Amino acid sequence: MLNKNAKLNPKLFDADLAERPTRDGYGEGLVAAGEADPNVVVLCADLTESTRSEAFAKRFPDRFFEVGVAEQNLATIASGLGVSGKIPFISSYATFSPGRNWEQIRTTISYNDSNVKVAGAHAGVSVGPDGATHQAIEDVATMRVMANMKVIVPCDATEAKKATMASAKMWGPVYLRFGRAAMPEFTTEATPFRVGKAEVFWESNGGQGKSKKPQVAIIGCGSLVHYALRAAKELEEEGIGTMVLNNHTIKPLDEDTILAAAETCGAVVTVEEHQVSGGLGGAVAEFLARTMPTPIEFIGMQGVFGESGEPKELISKYGMDVPDIKEAVKRVLKRKK
Amino acid sequence: MELHEKKEQFLEEMANKIRQDIIAMLVEAKSGHSAGPLGMADIFTALYFHILNHDPKNPNWPERDRVVLSNGHICPVLYATLANAGYFPVEELMTLRKLGTRLQGHPHRTALPGLETTSGPLGSGLSEAIGIALALRLDNKKNRVYCLTSDGEHDEGNTWEAVMFAGKQGSKLNNLTAIMDRNNIQIDGFTENVMPLESIRAKYEAFNWHVLEVNGNDIAEFVAAVNEAKAIYEKPTMIIAHTIPGKGVSFMENDFTWHGKPPKPEEAKRALHELRTLEGRIKSEHE
Repeated sequence: MLNKNAKLNPKLFDADLAERPTRDGYGEGLVAAGEADPNVVVLCADLTESTRSEAFAKRFPDRFFEVGVAEQNLATIASGLGVSGKIPFISSYATFSPGRNWEQIRTTISYNDSNVKVAGAHAGVSVGPDGATHQAIEDVATMRVMANMKVIVPCDATEAKKATMASAKMWGPVYLRFGRAAMPEFTTEATPFRVGKAEVFWESNGGQGKSKKPQVAIIGCGSLVHYALRAAKELEEEGIGTMVLNNHTIKPLDEDTILAAAETCGAVVTVEEHQVSGGLGGAVAEFLARTMPTPIEFIGMQGVFGESGEPKELISKYGMDVPDIKEAVKRVLKRKK
Repeated sequence: MELHEKKEQFLEEMANKIRQDIIAMLVEAKSGHSAGPLGMADIFTALYFHILNHDPKNPNWPERDRVVLSNGHICPVLYATLANAGYFPVEELMTLRKLGTRLQGHPHRTALPGLETTSGPLGSGLSEAIGIALALRLDNKKNRVYCLTSDGEHDEGNTWEAVMFAGKQGSKLNNLTAIMDRNNIQIDGFTENVMPLESIRAKYEAFNWHVLEVNGNDIAEFVAAVNEAKAIYEKPTMIIAHTIPGKGVSFMENDFTWHGKPPKPEEAKRALHELRTLEGRIKSEHE
């Protein structure tokens, strides 16, 4: 059942649940962060409207910089601002930033310890019709391996706003990942959010006639957390108890919560709209291999590129839909000793 | 600030001392770049001993002018200049590139006082200098920003993104003076063979920069150009400084094979002898 303490939207499973893209939350968070701190500045590479940087640009024109289609410049100008007392957010599509300017982010932001927040919009295959060129499915991996870089993947627009505001208040380089498509808005203002802290959104007992403990921990990030919750609800109805963690911060990983979930359940399914290697699944697997080897199934892109299509069609085609998560739970259950 | 004769002589002697330190550092480190640092010794000396508003004992002084070294590989000249200016002990120069040193093979901002950026990978520094200059503008500060670039790094797309952006900003970035070490060499050979840059002046002018050209090994000429740049209101300034790579060491001058290697002990001895005797014109005080 839903964890009451997570204070999720009670209409979470209703068919008419409101949907918004996480990039909308970024746009709202930028304005709020800009109001809270005059040092917040925003730079964009010719994608002001679609990265939702527009509201900030209108509200604070002197603190907004249009750099044109030039992602290397986007990162490196921000680097200079970030070592000079400013808090720059750089907005583009994740395939271009941090895709095209990875080395600039590495040298001039991460290693240089410049206080820059890299915002990658249009991540995941749910970008949809634009096709594989615009669907970032490697960005968490390429940012996660970078020393001194934090990685946050908000699960809905409300959380995206909180993550944006929290990043502004936190010293140091951060990668924030957002999606294009409207996705369920299922957290609320009251839902706890702390960078580096995974939240239990769902926890059911072991099911009919079984132990009180959930049998599988589903660890997700981004919009697919809602898919994981739907899978958990259906599984509970079928007598399989699970736990669902919203693991928005991939780095630093909330090791305590993940270890506790793995100990309780003894099996894990990771869920992300990203390549299964290097992202959330990779981070969880690395950690559990070190601390408590646990069977894991990985939901995500299985080493292939996406293609054009509608967001939900693509999530289904590439095996990240509710039935896929349920099957992964059943597979991992069979692997438990 | 005008340059009187006595100060000019002091600066020339300091540049010579810095060149000797560069040779000593490189032979001790057994790796690193020789030609660029020697060629830029006059400009670094002019900046840190005459032009800049700075305080070596208070490297984070908010009112300081900012120096961004974009072509980080010539850091031996930056380190030798910073040490002689008093940012850290001159003896520490001998730790260049060694384990545990603050003098990393390429400069790392958080490792050593006096560094404004981390650099090495080429083509990023001009953008970083632009970001610093914009931040100063937002804070209504008068500090100036100097960005040292190489000619070779103008092969990088990132450099031209920065050039284009700065031209767009116009007077907003008149606190920025870029200096190009136009020494015509890069690792693979002469710049005009590897990737032609000329007319580099016309290119900058087309991007709405004010452009000056100087002999980068003539301190007085360089100082005059920097003063002129301060008077330009409408746009940022690029000073194309024509320098002799390896300047001061006869067998290194204008030879691109000295771009990325250090002198061997015997070569260093010859180089130091030449520098101490000003290429034979005076008798060394060490002899």
